[in-house]
Amino acid sequence: MVSVEFTGEATMNEVCYVNSGGRKLKSEVIRIKGNEADLQVFEMTTGVGVGDDVEFTGELLSVQLGPGLLGQVYDGLQNPLPELAEQCGFFLDRGVYLSALDEAKKWDFTPSVKAGDKVAAGDQIGSVKEGIFDHWVMVPFQLDGVLIVKNVVAAGSYTVNDKVAEVENERGELIPLTMSFNWPVKRAVNCYAERLKPSETLVTKLRIVDTFIPVAKGGTYCIPGPFGAGKTVLQHVTSRNAEADVVIIAACGERAGEVVETIREFPELIDPRTGRSLMERTIIICNTSSMPVAAREASVYTAVSIAEYYRQMGLDVLLLADSTSRWAQAMREMSGRLEEIPGEEAFPAYLESLIAAFYERAGIVRLNNGDIGSVTIGGTVSPAGGNFEEPVTQATLKVVGAFHGLSQQRADARKYPAIHPLESWSKYEGVIDKKKTEYGRAILFRGDEVDQMMRVVGEEGTSLEDYIIYLKADLLDFVYVQQNSFDPVDDAVDPERQEYTYNILLDILTAKLDFAGKEEARTWFNRVRQNFLDYNSKEWKSEEFEKLVSTIFQLLAEKKIGVEADAEGIL
Amino acid sequence: MQKVYSKIESISGNVITVTAEGVRNKELAVVETRYGSSLAEVIRLNRDEVALQVFNGGRGVSTGDEVRFMGETMKVSFSDNLLGRIFDGSGKPRDGGPELTDEMIEIGGPSVNPARRIIPRNMVRTGIPMIDVFNSLVESQKLPIFSVSGEPYNELLARIALQAEVDIIILGGMGLKYDDYLFFRETLEEGGVMSRTVFFVHTAADPVVESLLVPDIALAVAENFAIHGRRVLVLLTDMTNFADAMKEIAITMEQVPSNRGYPGDLYTQLASRYEKAVDFEGSGSITILGVTTMPGDDVTHPVPDNTGYITEGQFYLRNGRIEPFGSLSRLKQQVNGETRSDHRAIMDGMIKLYAAYKESLEKKSMGFKMSDWDEKLLTYGEMFEREMMDLTVNIPLEAALDKGWEILATCFEPEETGLKTELINQYWTNKV
Repeated sequence: MVSVEFTGEATMNEVCYVNSGGRKLKSEVIRIKGNEADLQVFEMTTGVGVGDDVEFTGELLSVQLGPGLLGQVYDGLQNPLPELAEQCGFFLDRGVYLSALDEAKKWDFTPSVKAGDKVAAGDQIGSVKEGIFDHWVMVPFQLDGVLIVKNVVAAGSYTVNDKVAEVENERGELIPLTMSFNWPVKRAVNCYAERLKPSETLVTKLRIVDTFIPVAKGGTYCIPGPFGAGKTVLQHVTSRNAEADVVIIAACGERAGEVVETIREFPELIDPRTGRSLMERTIIICNTSSMPVAAREASVYTAVSIAEYYRQMGLDVLLLADSTSRWAQAMREMSGRLEEIPGEEAFPAYLESLIAAFYERAGIVRLNNGDIGSVTIGGTVSPAGGNFEEPVTQATLKVVGAFHGLSQQRADARKYPAIHPLESWSKYEGVIDKKKTEYGRAILFRGDEVDQMMRVVGEEGTSLEDYIIYLKADLLDFVYVQQNSFDPVDDAVDPERQEYTYNILLDILTAKLDFAGKEEARTWFNRVRQNFLDYNSKEWKSEEFEKLVSTIFQLLAEKKIGVEADAEGIL
Repeated sequence: MQKVYSKIESISGNVITVTAEGVRNKELAVVETRYGSSLAEVIRLNRDEVALQVFNGGRGVSTGDEVRFMGETMKVSFSDNLLGRIFDGSGKPRDGGPELTDEMIEIGGPSVNPARRIIPRNMVRTGIPMIDVFNSLVESQKLPIFSVSGEPYNELLARIALQAEVDIIILGGMGLKYDDYLFFRETLEEGGVMSRTVFFVHTAADPVVESLLVPDIALAVAENFAIHGRRVLVLLTDMTNFADAMKEIAITMEQVPSNRGYPGDLYTQLASRYEKAVDFEGSGSITILGVTTMPGDDVTHPVPDNTGYITEGQFYLRNGRIEPFGSLSRLKQQVNGETRSDHRAIMDGMIKLYAAYKESLEKKSMGFKMSDWDEKLLTYGEMFEREMMDLTVNIPLEAALDKGWEILATCFEPEETGLKTELINQYWTNKV
């Protein structure tokens, strides 16, 4: 942090540059007192001395929006990292800032308005083809009132900085428009007709999520968990398989190696829905743990601003933030340096309101032209000591619509994904009828109770009836809740297959089974489990698949003597 | 441009302040005291008031002592002459050899551009089944050993250093007991690897501030070796001492503490060191193995807790064994797919069964009747502990996998293992 004396005016959150040793270090005003401003510098401050000059730009910290964002890898301040590497080599040199969009690239622009048309902020004036999408060229979000198009260029090739149209505002001022514009990251984009209630499921192809604790398009969810429980693997799998149009990965203060996996793997992976590389629908904002901490705070806002931009084109955007705790810690560090009075665990008192404001930027909206677009936010939380009673987890739980709690015990027992099926919850609609999933959850719940009881009274003190419930719960857990993301088939399961599988399982769960004793029951369930395990790794509707299904039904037919009374009306 | 100031305004712990002009952040200075001279580093500037952290500590510093600013930041010499040498925490020779001054490099440099990193792909074989089979160590990984005091973590570290296939070993010791320092020196000398080893050792008797520099110096040197194409293994023991030194300075500087007195930026500070682990495309690599002692065997203590979030897994050392629960190598998936088709299945399957064994053991200790299944698990668990977990077991990966199948076949029927039928057909051994 740097304090600076200024003459003239200074704006809160204004961007400044500290000139030190021939380098210009980007920084942001975070407190003003009299003619002294406190700046957080987005770089290491080694070598900065008293008396160095500071340049004020008058601009708020903003992102550059326009075609060419997809497929990019940015740092928290939207510097493109591959270009930076070309210029600086292996290391991230201080004070090097590059343009976020390729300024030389030509885009084929097709106008959709003509002179005389009335437009407003966020309205489309034309489009370019960006990979698989029609990228809308829009009226900058910050322009107010009704604007009249004065002129617009003919269809043709233009760079992001070429003028494509001119509009006149209500005060008679002529405003030139290009294909790109800046937007201050800490303001939510609100150029839409109305916000809607999230109701459609965002399919992640994870059985436990889509079936039991679903996420909705435009909804929010959080994944708290101790280290080693699989938060990042879960985010990685979701970013690969989720049925969203655009996926934005904000790697905030986490390991660089994890980002590298995404950067190196995604260009090779094919998105089954589009037949194109996964990277074409992905944007990575990465500010890893060893990169400057002040930029970490900016990175989540950069990510959410870009997400809102693509939402304005009527697309479904999924933003995955890993991890929001690091973002909160960055705020704590700055708050500590400002010597603010600390709140709980030294986090600043405004932590909750900032977390709430961030998640509130998710949502499904009807745009001015009637199209629907959404931003879904999923954030991981890394609670200190794995204890969910800490400020960041608690503040997050208040504002999200689904909670995917990871459990250390399940991770230790290699039960992946280690989402706890009983503690987690969701307020959204899933892909399978709620009555059916509730029945499954009830079995899991009762199975857990029996398990707890058996620990006290032992297996011999448990009735056969209870023991069967325990085995049923164990089967559901083993073959449905757990999923092997390293198996090519089991990695991503379509809703259709989820429902098919779940219905087979439901037949077993609701069946009255006839066993002579516990030993026989255990052997039978082991055999069913074995068949299901093999089934999970077989291609949908393949010959082997069908064979295993009929084996399972045959096994069931041998032991089934009826249906449990509480299951009537579900099947 | 050396400036000398002879009025120290305040001395508090290891931090002194002087009034000086034209000083830059992180610049080095020399403090001349009656008891000898010491290096100091600028840690805060407030107009013309400069706060410095004195590496030899504040004890014996007088208000009339001289402070000479050197106009540059901390540097260390880098060349092949370092090999086989032993230095202290501020880079001064500890072995009586000459001081090195050629090719000075900066320490604590910028971080590597993520776009220039590559996915790690080489397994580091150690001959320890609990590592090779269950949590493979990968080149360029950063991995701590979580342990309570008294466990043989330094022995484990030395053994991995001797057996791992790397070009250069750099040992960074922080608050190391003198005996342990001698142990490392002797072991590596006997193992014949001293000629490709560099020591940066801060012992428990040295001033505490000096330990703050050890990781930075060790990693700066490692980074340069790696850029020159060498595969470097950095051993850091013990990072808890490093964190405690940071805590001491932060409290002296009157920073707002966040958790148990540790500064709010503990995570960032630890991360900027551990993240130096890297595999340079077309060049060498840095693998970091650290030791984090857990005060009171409490993994939720801020140091192990923050470390766990930074590193790519951890090894729990408990009762002289690497615990399968909690121990994790996040990079194992990068390498264990290509070793043998049964590697992953054995890795998960045996641990699932071991978890079930622990439950049966608990039931047994509470006096319940053991079912047939429990009895099977009990046999299995004991065998697993004896033939796999014991740290004296020293066999290559393939032999360890075969051993795994042998143990399973001795204790279970095939369908009780939860393993896929294809694998069982291929590997199930009927010899009992």
